[in-house]
Amino acid sequence: MTHRPRPTALRSGIALLVLLFAATACGNDAADTPSSEVTLLTHDSFAVPQDVWDEFERTTGIVVTVLQGGDAGTVVNQAILTKDNPTADVLFGIDNTFLSRGLGEDLFVPYRSPALDAVPDSLELDPEGRVTPITFGDVCLNYDTTVLDAATAPEDLRALADPANAGRLVVQNPATSSPGLAFLLSTIVAFPEDSDYPWQTFWSELRDNDVLITDGWETAYYSAFSGGAGEGDRPIVVSYASSPPAEVIFADPRPDTAPTAVVTDGCFRQVEFAGVLAGGERQDAARRLIDFMLSSTFQDEVALNMFVFPANEATPLPPEFVEFTTVPSDPATLSPDLIEANRDSWIAEWTELMR
Amino acid sequence: MIRRLLRSSVAQRAGAAALIGVPTTFLGYFFIYPLVTVLATGLVGGDQSTNPIVDVLGSPSLRGVAWFTLWQAVASTALTLILGIPGAYVLARYEFWGRRFIRAAVTVPFVLPTVVVGTAFLVLLGPDGPLGIDLRRTVWAILIAHVFYNYAVVVRVVGAFWEQVDPRLTEAARVLGATRWRAFVHVTLPLIRPSVLAAASIVFLFTFTSFGVVLILGGFGLATLEVEIYTQATALLDLPAAAALSLLQLVGIGGLLLAYSRFQQRATGEMRMRAAGDTRRRIRGRADRWIVIGNLLVMAVALGSPLLVLLIRSVRAADGFTLGAYTGLADGDVGALAVSPLAAVGTSLRYAAVASVIAVIVGLAAAAVVAYRRGRTARVFDAVLMLPLGTSAVTIGFGFLLALDEPIDLRTSIWLIPLAHALVAIPFVVRSSVPVMRSVRTRLREAAATLGADPLQTWREVDLPLVGRAALVATGFAFAISLGEFGATSFIARPGAPTLPVAIFRLLGQPGSETFGRAMALSVILMVLTGGVMLVLDRFRFEGRGEF
Repeated sequence: MTHRPRPTALRSGIALLVLLFAATACGNDAADTPSSEVTLLTHDSFAVPQDVWDEFERTTGIVVTVLQGGDAGTVVNQAILTKDNPTADVLFGIDNTFLSRGLGEDLFVPYRSPALDAVPDSLELDPEGRVTPITFGDVCLNYDTTVLDAATAPEDLRALADPANAGRLVVQNPATSSPGLAFLLSTIVAFPEDSDYPWQTFWSELRDNDVLITDGWETAYYSAFSGGAGEGDRPIVVSYASSPPAEVIFADPRPDTAPTAVVTDGCFRQVEFAGVLAGGERQDAARRLIDFMLSSTFQDEVALNMFVFPANEATPLPPEFVEFTTVPSDPATLSPDLIEANRDSWIAEWTELMR
Repeated sequence: MIRRLLRSSVAQRAGAAALIGVPTTFLGYFFIYPLVTVLATGLVGGDQSTNPIVDVLGSPSLRGVAWFTLWQAVASTALTLILGIPGAYVLARYEFWGRRFIRAAVTVPFVLPTVVVGTAFLVLLGPDGPLGIDLRRTVWAILIAHVFYNYAVVVRVVGAFWEQVDPRLTEAARVLGATRWRAFVHVTLPLIRPSVLAAASIVFLFTFTSFGVVLILGGFGLATLEVEIYTQATALLDLPAAAALSLLQLVGIGGLLLAYSRFQQRATGEMRMRAAGDTRRRIRGRADRWIVIGNLLVMAVALGSPLLVLLIRSVRAADGFTLGAYTGLADGDVGALAVSPLAAVGTSLRYAAVASVIAVIVGLAAAAVVAYRRGRTARVFDAVLMLPLGTSAVTIGFGFLLALDEPIDLRTSIWLIPLAHALVAIPFVVRSSVPVMRSVRTRLREAAATLGADPLQTWREVDLPLVGRAALVATGFAFAISLGEFGATSFIARPGAPTLPVAIFRLLGQPGSETFGRAMALSVILMVLTGGVMLVLDRFRFEGRGEF
């Protein structure tokens, strides 16, 4: 056998891949083993600059590892699945729509941070103190200011059912979207089931008024909404109170006025909590992390990095948040227990109604 | 002599054991074990008053969802084959300027996140789009997007096989007076059938478990089983229902795969293979020209136009065009991300390199087992290999969390992401290699064995040079799958920097034209990266070409 075909190409292909791996792996040498560590499990929307963690390490000697595992619902379910052998010490990002579930599964051990004194009582939703409010955000109607103005925009939720607003609104499916669920909850608060105008009636009027339902926030905002960066043709969308400031901050050049505005009636407040996970091995470091998340170092960053509001009242808001939006004074809330007890049936009933 | 025989039989057994052992261990530990754990936890764990399987099967809406899942997958697969097979022909059989570039470029759609592609299709299929009709939120939008994503699967899997099929058989039929169509149906199609079936099975699995496309383009009211599983698991936190739906999805897919594998085994025979370069010809005559131009037009419209939308958006400004989105990425000054987007490029490349090495090693060993063994065991093995493609991403992600804590806690390990990517990529490696491996003549192997080669040697010296081309295609796919993988990645609790698709998703999570532009720019970078890797891989050639 003189002719011996050799698979050199495959080999060099594999060699190339290995080289590529080696090349990109350079400069990622493992850090020196730190004196103390803590792991934070959170959702994909979580973001703070690295200097914040550097500051935590400088003052406490504790190194933080951040694990991000999908959207808030997924992360809560991950924590429930691993509660006997948790992957982290602290969970951040469980909100009032999932809170009762997490508490019912005994995910957390109680901890009352001294920093809680700076947090308004209205954000503390667990009387047993198992979770600590860190941020909050309001899901509100946004409108395109090039199409509508303060006079023509809907002044409240009820106005959405007005024929004048036919074909103008885009909302998210509460079964697949967190702001979608928040908006459904705000309508349930505004139009109680036992009133003469229950939420079911309101939604069937919305349906007759040609409401558009999308799977998630991205599709609603970027493809159906006409305002800001949206490419669609509907001037009213379910988004956040912080969206108009984001439209100003993330625009080049920066406009003098926001291209979108918020309807302050009918907002739903989502409070995001952190909790010390039961079964975590580093409870002391976990508690210090929660204290830190309420400190000004951390709270100063949440507005511009996550576009939510700091729970610590002493935190100054960035000027864009003062100028281009309004924090709703009286947002809708529902007790976490009530949400937990009815979430499935409300979503099922809504789906049946809108199908 | 006796010593030599003994040695060869030991080597033989060791070689065979390695071929079976590697894929079995890998899939057993990283797929079957987590899958069984998560299903068991969901279905029998906890204090359940009712049986979740009974509840789910009894739900009236389920039948509609299951039916829709099945028929849209069948329709998507058929449409992709109808458009993709001519495309595979043109890129495999004709030599023309730009062929290599186009072949690399058709793979690009494959890696793009659905949330990005979805926004492009919503423009193209809207009332102001080039079609002029509003197909948004219709089944058509779903089918068209499925063609966009899966065209490359057909072109590359079928094409890699086709370019090694001896063209003289079809030419003979033509000389004997058969029309082009008759020669194709009666001579060529039976020859390429194994690769067509292989491509069809992958496209079917992909579209059967379609998630983002259905959610974004299908609009409210259309859901696949995958969407239902996701909703149950992450929005309603109903793990038992999610597990029951996953089981239903698995049983359906498993049954279809078994039937497929039986059919595939029968459909494949040995044949004479030719080196790819020898089977290609120049375009001559009007018919050739129309075939090539027609297919290039299909590619330009179905694949090119959404990519063009993304490209335009990435350089669009209020007054004309700008590269601001790209320079903005380089600054790394992006809120909502807190990490340099370019670091995401490095992260993704690193994961893709590891994932493709794992997928190619495990996948080729598995393919050898499937190709060389006959009978029921090989068929079951084959079906199991394909299952990861048909398993919901959330199920795999939660399975990892439940199962991989001991003996080494891999749940939050940085290695889990490339492992998950490899799991998705292995079916591609297997499917694109098996048809070629089966076609290698037994006579060649027997000759090698007679000359004293052990099975590993035989495989290396006889099969690999012939299978090499398919293996390269598989490597390319594995790399691309890892670069673009979002589903399984998003359900893993990940430390460290985000991958490109995750970074794009996070940019799109904030309002503002600048973040939107940067998400588009990062998508274009992902496109260029994928196309570049494909071009490099396509340049590799195998020694020992010629006839065997």
